[in-house]
Amino acid sequence: MAQGMKRVVITGAGTINAIGHNVAETLEGFREGRCGIGPLDFPDVERLSIRIGGQVRGYDAEARFNRQQLALYDRFTQFTLLAVREAVAQSGLSFDGELAARSGVVLGNSGGGMTTLDANYRSVYEEGKNRVHPFVVPKLMNNAAASHVSMEFNLKGPSFTVSTACASSNHAMSQAFQMVHGGMAPVMVTGGSESMLCFGGVKAWEGLRVMSKDACRPFSANRNGMVQGEGAAVFVFEDYDHAKKRGAEILAEVVGFAMSSDAADIVMPSKNGAARAIRGAMMDARINPEEVGYINAHGTGTAANDKTECAAVADVFGAHADRLMISSTKSMHGHLIGGTGAVELLACVMALRDGVIAPTIGYEEPDPECALDVVPNEAREARVEVALSNAFAFGGLNAVLALRKV
Amino acid sequence: MNVKDKVFEIIAEQAVLEPSDVTMDSTLDDLGIDSLGLVESIFAIEEAFDISIPFNANEPSESDFDISSVASIVAGIEKLIAEQHD
Repeated sequence: MAQGMKRVVITGAGTINAIGHNVAETLEGFREGRCGIGPLDFPDVERLSIRIGGQVRGYDAEARFNRQQLALYDRFTQFTLLAVREAVAQSGLSFDGELAARSGVVLGNSGGGMTTLDANYRSVYEEGKNRVHPFVVPKLMNNAAASHVSMEFNLKGPSFTVSTACASSNHAMSQAFQMVHGGMAPVMVTGGSESMLCFGGVKAWEGLRVMSKDACRPFSANRNGMVQGEGAAVFVFEDYDHAKKRGAEILAEVVGFAMSSDAADIVMPSKNGAARAIRGAMMDARINPEEVGYINAHGTGTAANDKTECAAVADVFGAHADRLMISSTKSMHGHLIGGTGAVELLACVMALRDGVIAPTIGYEEPDPECALDVVPNEAREARVEVALSNAFAFGGLNAVLALRKV
Repeated sequence: MNVKDKVFEIIAEQAVLEPSDVTMDSTLDDLGIDSLGLVESIFAIEEAFDISIPFNANEPSESDFDISSVASIVAGIEKLIAEQHD
């Protein structure tokens, strides 16, 4: 490691998503291979051709936030704050003085306050109203969640939101890693969130014809598209020495990352772009390919992504590609777009810490173009030293993180 | 419900108080209503009375709508209702 560089560890995690309202429930869902995807429930769903998704169910916003907060918090902000509360509580940190002044929050998000936008467009276009609530803009802006996190937790250092579609969270966590690694911040709160499950949000995705009407079956020969999810996941990234000094529990170490751009097509993925990001993350982390035991795949369940991703992994790892495990948990929680990499990092932490590999559920038929060990349908116990998490976004923007067992 | 009672109700809700805590002499400051609370109150008043209030948050004192007390707000609303509901 370069001189002066800090080791970066994870000392807190929090989430809310379709398979759990916290980390414990989510990891239990991963272990059971529980599917959180079901019929969508929101106004005008009958006018959609895609009617399934990984919605957060049994969620009572009014029990978690007061009236004034709800007037200002879009659903993506609510999910973020709940995840941060869990993560920060686990870390045991409270931010004041010098720690508050230097610590910040970097989050991934793609759609901003899509449900706020949708409801207000409906009100002015469909219902013909000429007046909207004054908080529409502060609710829908993409940085609303990061800003409210900074306010609730007194984080006064570098804070912003990263928007790179399906790779937003991984890009955000890479930035947070870099800030702690380089000594700019002792602690960064990072991850991502998304909530696009409303009529306009799903209608827009329908247009691309990449969505499945029945299930998300990554790597399975009969896969027929992606399924959207919603929620958030957030981690506390902390300088190892800072964490050690205060006796914090360490969940895993973040050892490196890489970003690459396909510079090729606005929607079609590139094997080369993906491979460069995977290889780059291992170089940055100074790990040998043979050390990688698990990859949390981007694994969207589309024809294009899954075969391209498998080809990239085969290219990078050679013979070792057949020994490592690669699974897509999107089959359970759906694709959280800007929040997906954060929820998926939980599967990497579980692999390293608990020795349990989350499965790819809905796997029905082998596909010769995805001939890797995709941990089909059932979780597996295995000892893993290093895990990677892939994210390959629309627009050809890729980010891969590398984690090591502590 | 008359204009005064409805305004008390809206302002009390915004200030997280009971309508009985609001008086005609209260100022928004007294009630703890900040600038965001003010624009939210104006929105609620416009919705409740179906009127349009000339108010620019950049220059509240220049707006043709006096927000210096609850009494002035009620008077302003009554005037706007008379003007806009003819």
